[in-house]
Amino acid sequence: MNIIEFTLLVWVSSLLAGFVGSLTGLGGGIIITPLLTLALGVDIRYAIGATLVSVIATSSGAAAAYVREGFSNIRIGMFLEIATTLGAVTGALFATKISTGTISMIFGLVLLYSAYASSRPRHERVGDCQPDPLASRLKMNGSYPTPDGPKAYCAKAVPSGFSLMFGAGILSGLLGIGSGAVKVIAMDQAMGIPFKVSTTTSNFMIGVTAAASAGVYLGRGYIDPGLAMPVMLGVVVGSLVGARVLTRAKTRWLRLLFGLAIGIMAIEMIYHGLTGRL
Amino acid sequence: MAKQTLHWTDQYVEDLIGNLLRVGVTVAAGVVLFGGSIYLVRHGLAAPHYRVFVGEPADLRSVSGIVRDALALRGRSLIQLGLLLLIATPVARVAFSVAAFAMQRDRLYVVVALIVLAVLMYSLTGGRA
Repeated sequence: MNIIEFTLLVWVSSLLAGFVGSLTGLGGGIIITPLLTLALGVDIRYAIGATLVSVIATSSGAAAAYVREGFSNIRIGMFLEIATTLGAVTGALFATKISTGTISMIFGLVLLYSAYASSRPRHERVGDCQPDPLASRLKMNGSYPTPDGPKAYCAKAVPSGFSLMFGAGILSGLLGIGSGAVKVIAMDQAMGIPFKVSTTTSNFMIGVTAAASAGVYLGRGYIDPGLAMPVMLGVVVGSLVGARVLTRAKTRWLRLLFGLAIGIMAIEMIYHGLTGRL
Repeated sequence: MAKQTLHWTDQYVEDLIGNLLRVGVTVAAGVVLFGGSIYLVRHGLAAPHYRVFVGEPADLRSVSGIVRDALALRGRSLIQLGLLLLIATPVARVAFSVAAFAMQRDRLYVVVALIVLAVLMYSLTGGRA
């Protein structure tokens, strides 16, 4: 196989990963790394470096659309980005020190959890609005558009949300993923922010988080242009197409199906990490 | 002056940021595609080497090295320049937010955005612990 054939293969795989990632809400990153390592035999460090830049591209590319809908909260996002960027730099520095087998195992476990989380039905919580002193001082309360007009919401439990975000940052820096699932949990479950506001704010934050670890990866020589090129271009095109289809497609059975496929990939990543054959 | 502050509503700021990000991604993708074409034309028939990790040469690791080689129209360096532009879009977003919060007279969030910007800058300049 020469470089042209390899590039085409990676491009098509990334296109599919970006498409599936945006359909299922998992993001392309968490699918493309196992695909590159398990199916194409790429060293996991190169795969993570290439994925990281594609994560930035999808986050920034989608942000324009989300902003127009008026769901994201820039103050909540900016404040929590202190935690995610610090976590991301920490995770990236860790990644250069621990073995690829360990990284592979952690990746498998996170993948397994994401598959589980994405196959659960989504709910919209109807929380009451009891102003929290810290959240109010940080101006985190806001409102978002619903069919019945703008609806107000209040954020709470800022310290636990902040800690969870630090964890999300570490995972992002360590594995080169957006870790949107953990970010949404931090905002939706811990801080009581409405689901739609949480998901769009999370998407907004993913690019900044990934940029924080991408600098470290670039400086350590983990980002190979020949591999990152088809990955980035493929994931961007795939996720744009996926976002168009998403509004029409019924995604419940799709999510279950992909949850299953990802579960299998996760077990394979853990197995390869344990046996050190990666 | 009060009128100008009024003009910088959250929605207006977010619109600007959204457009900034879209332009950034488009330009970055264009540069990557251009560099990728040169790379494939020159090296397309060689064998790929991703099974074994060796790391990138020093030229492809630092901002100055990438820019210097990209100006010489080297394919791999041009791709790396495009990726660098891509990494720069969220950084530009945060930098822009500092200015926007300042226009809104929100000192607290000027400081918050500056902290985020400092972490990003630390990472981009090498992240030496």
